[in-house]
Amino acid sequence: MKTIKTLFTLALLLTTLVVQGQDRYLTRTGHIKFFSHAPLEDIEAHNNKVLSIVDLAKGQVAVDMLIKAFEFEKKLMQEHFNENYMESDKHPKSTFKGTFEVPQELKAMIDGTYVVDVKGDLSVHGVTKPLNTKATLKVSGGKLSGDLVFKVKVKDHEIKIPKVVVRNIADEVEVTATFEFEPYK
Amino acid sequence: MKRISIFLTLLCLASLSLRAQNDLLDLLNEEQGEETNFATATFKGQRLINGHTVVTRKTAELEFLISHRFGRINSGIKEFFGLDAANVRFSLEYGLTDNITAGIGRNSLEKVYDGFIKYNLMKQSTGKVNSPFTITGLSSIAIRTADNFDFADDDFASKVSYTQQILIARKLNDKFSVQLSPTFVHRNKVLENQENDIIALGFGGRMKLSSRIALNAEYFYRLTDELNSNFKDALGVGIEIETGGHVFHINFTNARSMAERAFITETNGDFFNGDIHFGFNISRVF
Repeated sequence: MKTIKTLFTLALLLTTLVVQGQDRYLTRTGHIKFFSHAPLEDIEAHNNKVLSIVDLAKGQVAVDMLIKAFEFEKKLMQEHFNENYMESDKHPKSTFKGTFEVPQELKAMIDGTYVVDVKGDLSVHGVTKPLNTKATLKVSGGKLSGDLVFKVKVKDHEIKIPKVVVRNIADEVEVTATFEFEPYK
Repeated sequence: MKRISIFLTLLCLASLSLRAQNDLLDLLNEEQGEETNFATATFKGQRLINGHTVVTRKTAELEFLISHRFGRINSGIKEFFGLDAANVRFSLEYGLTDNITAGIGRNSLEKVYDGFIKYNLMKQSTGKVNSPFTITGLSSIAIRTADNFDFADDDFASKVSYTQQILIARKLNDKFSVQLSPTFVHRNKVLENQENDIIALGFGGRMKLSSRIALNAEYFYRLTDELNSNFKDALGVGIEIETGGHVFHINFTNARSMAERAFITETNGDFFNGDIHFGFNISRVF
């Protein structure tokens, strides 16, 4: 009897470890694009070094990126973005931490597309604001990927836009994220 | 045996709770690794007052620079405090690569044509790569073509001068940047009491007053002594205003010329005696 109990406990221990090992998916090369549409110009920038991790057991997600990794077509614009708007030396990172309900099929990594409601906190320019958005998670052949689009009000994160460029920069920028996750050990 | 079983159960629980404490953001923070963080915007323009900064244009960026230096402020109301007489320089400066910029310019004073090439050797950074300074080398040539100066009737070579500079800058914090500019000026032909080669040390600084306005200052200290030299060290202060692709400079300097040879080695105004030239630089990057 004792042996069985021990074996059971051992098995449970192993399962916990193993299962937890497979619940987490990570990417270091996530892509985030932001797009600002204003009367005078459209501005977009891309960051291809976004880190993100998803925990399917707990329904948690986190995103972490360096602001200086955003690339603009015009380097001067990139300099202004870092120096005057995002103040990247003071606030080098932008992060997101959120939770979502995980459908059973997604938990089991069954092929399909799952739309989930993510609730969390977005931190940009040192200011943290709640962000609720829909995200699409896709499972295909054991691989997990995620897509989401949301809008951020520049004013919400205390990013100041001087009057002279008010017609060049939108009040609200559209953020598009694409992640291709790998199992995290 | 029972003990072992309890121990294992505890271990199992511990492993669970350990995982739970492990915040996903902390985990990403560890995964982020070390990146090289380059100093941005040590200076805003390629010029501080008259002299070059470490800044180069990025690949395929074209800068159009218009600069004015008026007459001396202490020339009084008759000359409208110098505004009647303007020295104008136009130049086009182009980024061949992110590190190499070449430019050509034309000054109305002494009708000087100038050209330069600038090479950014090192960028200040922290993190994975740690460099304390941004270093840029500058080589320029200037040719006087006016009909009424000392060597106007001499051969072409007499009208040519060269300047070599090593520009060393450091952004100390988000408000304050400094630059040291060891300079070597060679003039092919000079007057009897002048030296062909002048070595000078340039000092420059930029202090941000607000996110788009800064105070600039520049001083060139000549190390080479000249006989009976009436020339002074060039000194200038200015306000810099930046809006999008434009950089405006409002300068006050004792130098009237914007060619390196002239302002480093042949400045004749005494700043503290009021021999100050008001001027401005307007830079537009395309």
